[in-house]
Amino acid sequence: MNLQIALLLGQDGIVNGAIYALLALALVLVFAVTRVIYIPQGEFVSYGALTLAAFQTGRTPGTLWFLLAAGAVVAAIDIVIAVRAGALGRIGRIVLWNLALPAIVAGLVFWLESDKLPLAIQVVLTLAIVVPLGPMVYRLAFQPVAEASVLVLLIVSVAVHTAMVGLGLLFFGAEGSRTPPFSEAQFQLGGLVVNGQTLWVLGASAVLIVALYVFFERTLYGKALRATAINRVGARLMGISSTMAGKLSFTLAAGIGAFSGILIAPITTIYYDTGFLIGLKGFVAGIIGGLASYPLAAAGAILVGLLESFSSFWASAFKEVIVFTLIIPVLLWRSLTSHHVEEEE
Amino acid sequence: MRTKTLFAALLSAGAVSLAHADITVGVTVSATGPAASLGIPEKNTVALMPATIGGEKVNYIVLDDGSDTTTAVKNVRKLTSEDKVDIILGSSTTPVSLAMIDPVAEAQTPMISMAAGAAIVEPVDAKKHWVFKTPQNDLQMATAIVEHMNNHGIKSVAFIGFADAYGEGWWQQFSKVAEARKIKVVANERYARTDTSVTGQVLKMMSANPDAVLVAGAGTPSALPQKALKEKGYKGVMYQTHGVANNDFLRVCGKDCEGTYLPAGPVLVAAQLPDSNPVKKSALEYINKYEKAHGPGSVSTFGAHGWDSGVLLAHAAPVALKKAKPGTKEFRAALRDALEGLKEVYGAHGVFSMSPTDHLGLDQRARVMVKIENGKWVLQK
Repeated sequence: MNLQIALLLGQDGIVNGAIYALLALALVLVFAVTRVIYIPQGEFVSYGALTLAAFQTGRTPGTLWFLLAAGAVVAAIDIVIAVRAGALGRIGRIVLWNLALPAIVAGLVFWLESDKLPLAIQVVLTLAIVVPLGPMVYRLAFQPVAEASVLVLLIVSVAVHTAMVGLGLLFFGAEGSRTPPFSEAQFQLGGLVVNGQTLWVLGASAVLIVALYVFFERTLYGKALRATAINRVGARLMGISSTMAGKLSFTLAAGIGAFSGILIAPITTIYYDTGFLIGLKGFVAGIIGGLASYPLAAAGAILVGLLESFSSFWASAFKEVIVFTLIIPVLLWRSLTSHHVEEEE
Repeated sequence: MRTKTLFAALLSAGAVSLAHADITVGVTVSATGPAASLGIPEKNTVALMPATIGGEKVNYIVLDDGSDTTTAVKNVRKLTSEDKVDIILGSSTTPVSLAMIDPVAEAQTPMISMAAGAAIVEPVDAKKHWVFKTPQNDLQMATAIVEHMNNHGIKSVAFIGFADAYGEGWWQQFSKVAEARKIKVVANERYARTDTSVTGQVLKMMSANPDAVLVAGAGTPSALPQKALKEKGYKGVMYQTHGVANNDFLRVCGKDCEGTYLPAGPVLVAAQLPDSNPVKKSALEYINKYEKAHGPGSVSTFGAHGWDSGVLLAHAAPVALKKAKPGTKEFRAALRDALEGLKEVYGAHGVFSMSPTDHLGLDQRARVMVKIENGKWVLQK
């Protein structure tokens, strides 16, 4: 190995690490606020990437139908509950978010010829389809069991993951897709070729992480989420709805997932089930941060990315083994250094 | 869902089938899971198989094993014990097919696999006595690649394959043949089909400076190393295996795959074959049938392996029907014997001539070298 190979591997590891970092942040966020170990996080990566790919080949993505159907089911359930509770005032908002908004997105998709649109508009449309799925999934699968134990939530999470992978196969087929890069530019940096897309991934990840930081530190909703994460009961007593917090964290997670998918679709081929493994590596990074610390999770993600790219050079057959074995010493170290608090059941 | 309805319909037909002695064919393919891109065209192909053979009605029971060995074994047990099938077709991948050998041998039911691994039928022992397969052996394909390399002055080659049975099988066959034919293999790398980056492996292969690189993968994941090599400026000759021979690979790999060579079954370039080639007619027959049902350009070589299993059955069943009635143990044994006795049967992928020691029966007429030119498969003479 010479310096140039090390630099190239390092670059590759950091790019992948940036994506894992985004997913790790989303996983930590969801776990802190709702105690859900969010396995379907990876599916949003695939859904985002493949929905964009479908637009670019001029097909109507299957996720659009999923959005309309999920919206209709959520609206039906919520309207029945609202009518029973006599709170008819809520119906307007339920219809707006779950029926009107998906309908507008669907209208736009059919009205505009999606394959001729500029990339930026396609990305916006993709996010408009995939991101609302986050809160809908929360409403349908997790809100009814929000007070259950972590184990029950994990089982529900596995079920949602399996269902979403199956739907992904139905929507996008078994074969993978790639999207054209955001920029074809190439830069020379002291013997190292850097692609425009690499910079896009790094830049977008950095911007997103800073935006999340500002959101949590400076906005009321961000502070509400932090409060819920620290003490759910206390936050509720202060008037923070845990349902609102759950939906908001799932929306953010879906947004981060879909955007990560859009970022890496030009770098690698995405399949309907690719997201799971990417999400799992984000999870390893999240574990390094104890599913609680954002900076540690991000650092862990970069470590996973680098470990992956260097082990693919030295021992490619054992790459995954090396990456996932990392979790054992980390767990040992964490259980030895931190006070273990039994979860209240 | 469709499988279920079909299944329900067949169950009700099952009661009648004993009286009429219909032939019952159990099919298990990987229509979901990692091998879905193989299983889906195979499942579609079953619908095109003959509805009657030798004057007897044929019932097909199609099950999905989700690319999972346990499910496939469960399917086989269900098909043999509950549905009393006369033969089993499937499954799509080598590991799953290997797992099915024990239960089919136990139930004394012949099976025709649509997976490539030579280990499925070699060596023919007491259990594999019941097992046949239609896809070409990796060895045949590896030999075709090495011959092509010899003819084009390639002295050193780097190998990168899937980190599973497919990649490992290719490595064993290819390294053996290459060594025997004086080609130096300078690198041996692995990657997983779900990997998002192969930069490490690509850099290592390029630092060995090979004349050519062989990617041993299946379907669109094989595009990843090739795209990474092009991106890093590799200028040598590229080889792929027949595992990539579908149009999705061309779509995903795009201009980075121009000039790539691969061995493939003749069905891939059937229209370009000379009229004198005996396989041309039988391959075109399958292509026309499939494209009529699923649209132009939809055909894949994987579905054609499924078709060939149907062709073998259609040729063997009339012989067996003379000896025993379908639904009986004697018929299953007779069907097995008839399969083993098949000679010069023209399928979509080649000409099958079975023997007690060869349960594949394909010869060099079952492979051609193909080059990717302008996003099309072009036959190499």
